[in-house]
Amino acid sequence: MSDLADAAPAGSGWTTAQPGRASIRPRSGSLAGQAVPWLVAAAILAGAPLVLTSGTALTMMSLMGIMIVFALSYNMLLGQTGLLSFGHAVYYGLGAFFTVHAMTVVAQNRLPVPLPVMPLVGGLAGLVFGLAFGAISTRRAGTVFAMISLGIAELVSSGSNILRSFFGGEEGITTNRTKMLRVLDLNFGPQIQVYYLIAAWCLLCALLMYGITRTPLGRLCNAVRENPERVEFLGYEPQSVRIAAFSLSALFAGIAGSLAAINFEIANSAYLGVHQSGVVLLAAFIGGIGHFVGPVVGAVVVTLLQVSLSDLTEIWQLYFGLLFIAIVMFAPGGIAGLALMHGPLLRAGTAHRLVPAYLLALVPFLALTAGLVALIEMAFRLLVKAGEGSAMTLAGLPVDAATPLPWLVTGAMALGGGLALRAVRPRVAAAWDEAAAAAKEARP
Amino acid sequence: MLELVIVSTLNGVLYGMLLFLMASGLTLIFSMMGVLNFAHASFYMLGAFFGYQISRFTGFWVALVAAPVLVGGLGALVERYGLRNVHRHGHVPELLFTFGLAYVIEEVVQMVWGKLPVDYRAPAILDFPAFTIFGTNYPAYKLFMLVISVAIFLCLLAALTRTRVGLIIQAALTHPNMVAMLGHDVPKVFMLVFGVGTGLAAVAGVIAGPALVTQANMAGLLGPILFVVVVVGGLGSLTGAFAASLLIGLVQTFAISLDVSAASLFQALGIAAAPSGGVLGDLWNVTIAQIGPIIPYILLVLVLIARPTGLLGNREA
Amino acid sequence: MVKTLARITAAGLVALAAGTALAAPMSLKIAFVDPLSGGGASTGEAGLRTFQYMAEQLNAKNADLKLEVTGYDNKLNPQESLVQLQKAIDSGARVVVQGQGSAVAAALVDFVGKYNDRNPGKEVVYLNYAAVDPALTNAKCNYWHFRFDANSDIKMNALTNYIKNKPEVKKVYLINQDYSFGQAVRSAARAMLKEKRPDVQIVGDEVAPLQKVTDFSPYVAKIKASGADTVITGNWAQDMALLLKAAGDAGLQANFYTYYGGGAGGPTAIKQANLSNRVFQIAEGYANIPYPPGHEFEKAFRARIGQELTYPRVVNLMNILAKAALSAKSVDPRNLAKAMDTIHNDTMYGKDSFFRPDDHQIFQPMYISRFGPVDTAKDFDAENTGWGWTGDGEVSAQDSLLPTTCKMDRPS
Repeated sequence: MSDLADAAPAGSGWTTAQPGRASIRPRSGSLAGQAVPWLVAAAILAGAPLVLTSGTALTMMSLMGIMIVFALSYNMLLGQTGLLSFGHAVYYGLGAFFTVHAMTVVAQNRLPVPLPVMPLVGGLAGLVFGLAFGAISTRRAGTVFAMISLGIAELVSSGSNILRSFFGGEEGITTNRTKMLRVLDLNFGPQIQVYYLIAAWCLLCALLMYGITRTPLGRLCNAVRENPERVEFLGYEPQSVRIAAFSLSALFAGIAGSLAAINFEIANSAYLGVHQSGVVLLAAFIGGIGHFVGPVVGAVVVTLLQVSLSDLTEIWQLYFGLLFIAIVMFAPGGIAGLALMHGPLLRAGTAHRLVPAYLLALVPFLALTAGLVALIEMAFRLLVKAGEGSAMTLAGLPVDAATPLPWLVTGAMALGGGLALRAVRPRVAAAWDEAAAAAKEARP
Repeated sequence: MLELVIVSTLNGVLYGMLLFLMASGLTLIFSMMGVLNFAHASFYMLGAFFGYQISRFTGFWVALVAAPVLVGGLGALVERYGLRNVHRHGHVPELLFTFGLAYVIEEVVQMVWGKLPVDYRAPAILDFPAFTIFGTNYPAYKLFMLVISVAIFLCLLAALTRTRVGLIIQAALTHPNMVAMLGHDVPKVFMLVFGVGTGLAAVAGVIAGPALVTQANMAGLLGPILFVVVVVGGLGSLTGAFAASLLIGLVQTFAISLDVSAASLFQALGIAAAPSGGVLGDLWNVTIAQIGPIIPYILLVLVLIARPTGLLGNREA
Repeated sequence: MVKTLARITAAGLVALAAGTALAAPMSLKIAFVDPLSGGGASTGEAGLRTFQYMAEQLNAKNADLKLEVTGYDNKLNPQESLVQLQKAIDSGARVVVQGQGSAVAAALVDFVGKYNDRNPGKEVVYLNYAAVDPALTNAKCNYWHFRFDANSDIKMNALTNYIKNKPEVKKVYLINQDYSFGQAVRSAARAMLKEKRPDVQIVGDEVAPLQKVTDFSPYVAKIKASGADTVITGNWAQDMALLLKAAGDAGLQANFYTYYGGGAGGPTAIKQANLSNRVFQIAEGYANIPYPPGHEFEKAFRARIGQELTYPRVVNLMNILAKAALSAKSVDPRNLAKAMDTIHNDTMYGKDSFFRPDDHQIFQPMYISRFGPVDTAKDFDAENTGWGWTGDGEVSAQDSLLPTTCKMDRPS
């Protein structure tokens, strides 16, 4: 995918090298035209449970909704303001803890507060802590910020173990979401009601976060990302802009944490941990940090992989890591970046010229992937599962990993696929150039 | 009391030197390439496992040389075929690349050597108590670790400041274009530095493996603290890393020997007023020994706020 | 006349029941929710293998029962566990087993309680085989949770009853992990030693952060400085291994009374540190118990699985579950729970064990064993070290009884 490299020329610093730096361009079109994607999103959110009715699907979609809010909030930092944080889960976790405490207080005192407004508590907690920690960590961007975020993350997660009366030790604190004031006779016991609660908040938060990118503040964030000195010359304080972005992002992370707390009815130190911060970073980056929808795509993909991949293989983390490396190396714009690259071509009606080249590349790509997966799985069988014998099934085929034949076949697939992929790469690039040129011509 | 002070100092210096062994490679890579290598601790782990595997066939001393060379070669390959391609996208993708690499290395190590600790032991020739102080034995192996760490520090310092290669490296850091124009192959220098840096991590792994436990989670255990060392010391400063390693080693060790909490302090002063419950009560009763392991992070945040260049760094991260 | 009639009817009913049972065995899906990837995977896999081995054995023995154990990887994360449990419930499992991590266990107890309240008729029962936080059968107790391992207070009760008769124990050092389980061990040890052995001096009471310490030398230096002759620790996994390693290096001459010295990696570390007959473990069993059927079981297990049996309690759990299902003639969790509530069962070492209905905590004899060189021709070693566990003491189930504060809501 050589074409991608051109999108992001080598930069000298942290901030100038964001892939897909063009970021969000104002889209020409009427207000109605702008509303269409949101209506579609709302329809998907509302209709999904009618199609996917199982308990697992509902749980998974609830998790996706939470993760979408969380990943979008993370991208306010990384994608839009150029701040790489290793501790975003701090605000997610604090939001969850404050929500659980608030829910328990409300339930005990029978306060007239319904469940659906509880995420405001988490948002407020995120905002307050975001302001506090943002003030001390945003003086600089780049590595200094990243390292301070890592330090704060370790401090808060270790602190959660010491301040037991608030954080409940490593077992955490629990609550009961059904003991709140009921509106419209909803008790939020069944998962479906919780799903709709999450979906509504997800849509609202996404709208608000999209709105922020359109405001002068959103523009300033982009400017601070690109060139903080120039922003200073223009009379704005880059640190203030960063603090604003940071605390707003913490606010939405807190809301996401609240939603998670409502979903699981429990808050514990796993919410705050470095692992959770890593997951949101992976989700945002895999989806694509250069586009608003990127983190949404990433959140869906990562949640799906996290929950389901472990059913298929015990070494899911290896595949997860390899996928991530592949994205970083070959598609730094993420999945959304890859997909949206085709937007101009689609609009110009020249995208169909790519189809033959893509089909040509698809075959070796699949061979390479399948070959690699088979090699890894066979190695895993021999090395780790030696006690269970060398006979196994790969994609439904019985295979004996102790014999050379399957190794030769899959090795040849991987190698052949890799070489063929290299061979067809110029053709794909040529097809892309041609289609792009045609698209340019087609434009008035 | 004196006993504990002396023993803690010894232990702190030993631990600090182990940290420095690992941090030296990391700081070298950072100072050269501007990349915080998230997978550095993974290369340290690879060193330990390679060392274990090789020492089973050839004994410890061959492993001490062979494993770092192998891991360094692997590191150079990673730089050549991975990092270099990512480099043009900027530093964030570079860092994320190493982030993903750490995942992959851990899984591969688990696949090959399993998840349980392996039986990796110090060589018999060093397996005796070197001296006994206040009834506590000090294994000769730990002294050996100490000597190696100091030797590596001195060699690196000399190599960077006194040799031609070192001068080129330092120049390539600040003026890559100028160095390239003088006819030096800067990408090759980068590859070399990454190889040497990961090789140093592997030396630490081979040596630390028998002293600590060699298992698949050893990278995750030490990874974050390495960043603390490198950042607190000053990014890219070898002397800074050395000082920070010692500082953190000593602080952590001494913290463990202090069973002092706010409550006990006030009690000793004869003041009985103390919050009994709630968050304040928790804070009141926590001992310094308990918060020992998070002191480095407090240090990290404080140092970076006050002095973004780190203690001895002259260049901002 | 009436009596015979009743008898005939009863016999007929039994035959009928047996007939239907023969026609289609009762199928019981068991969801195993524990780490199968990442750091905790080795213990998780050992558990899963034991469960599957037991299912195999019991299915072969009982034609009218079909047990099926499926592993779900919870990555040692409480939230993930709930998601995986939801998946398991969707695929028809109504019995969940879990053991690694009290945080996960607490989340599961809470979830199962709420789930059963909100989904009457679809109850799920949670069988806990290793999470030993006392709260789970006290403050947080729940009717749908059954614990098959002695909780940490009960273990300490048994251990201190044993130490009571050991006059050589004079100075005790407590070192534990800084989280709820470690805290429970330390406070129980303090309270019980004070009561049973007021002459024993507690010379140190330490908590170290959970799985974060890379070198225990500073802690060992402190232990040494305190002059302790006995160390009591609940440490597990690497915190156990590293502690023993540092103790061996420094030449610390003390006895270690542990909860998890025999956990995965423990035996290797003890052998490496060369602490012959210095490390003790309190548990519900060990490989070399002089009880021939237990010996036979261990032998068959090692031959089939290629590993030693780490979890005798899993064997007991599966036996009890099968017994409950067969006696209730049902695999409905409501009936299973009712049957287990008052069940008595012989452990795999031939001793009586029983659940206390008040808190669903199992009580069984506890054994103290020590680790040292064994004759591998006759006895079992551990982790192929040539060293093994041999008996040192036994505490009867009655002697381990402790009162509970549980106020259980029982379904009417």
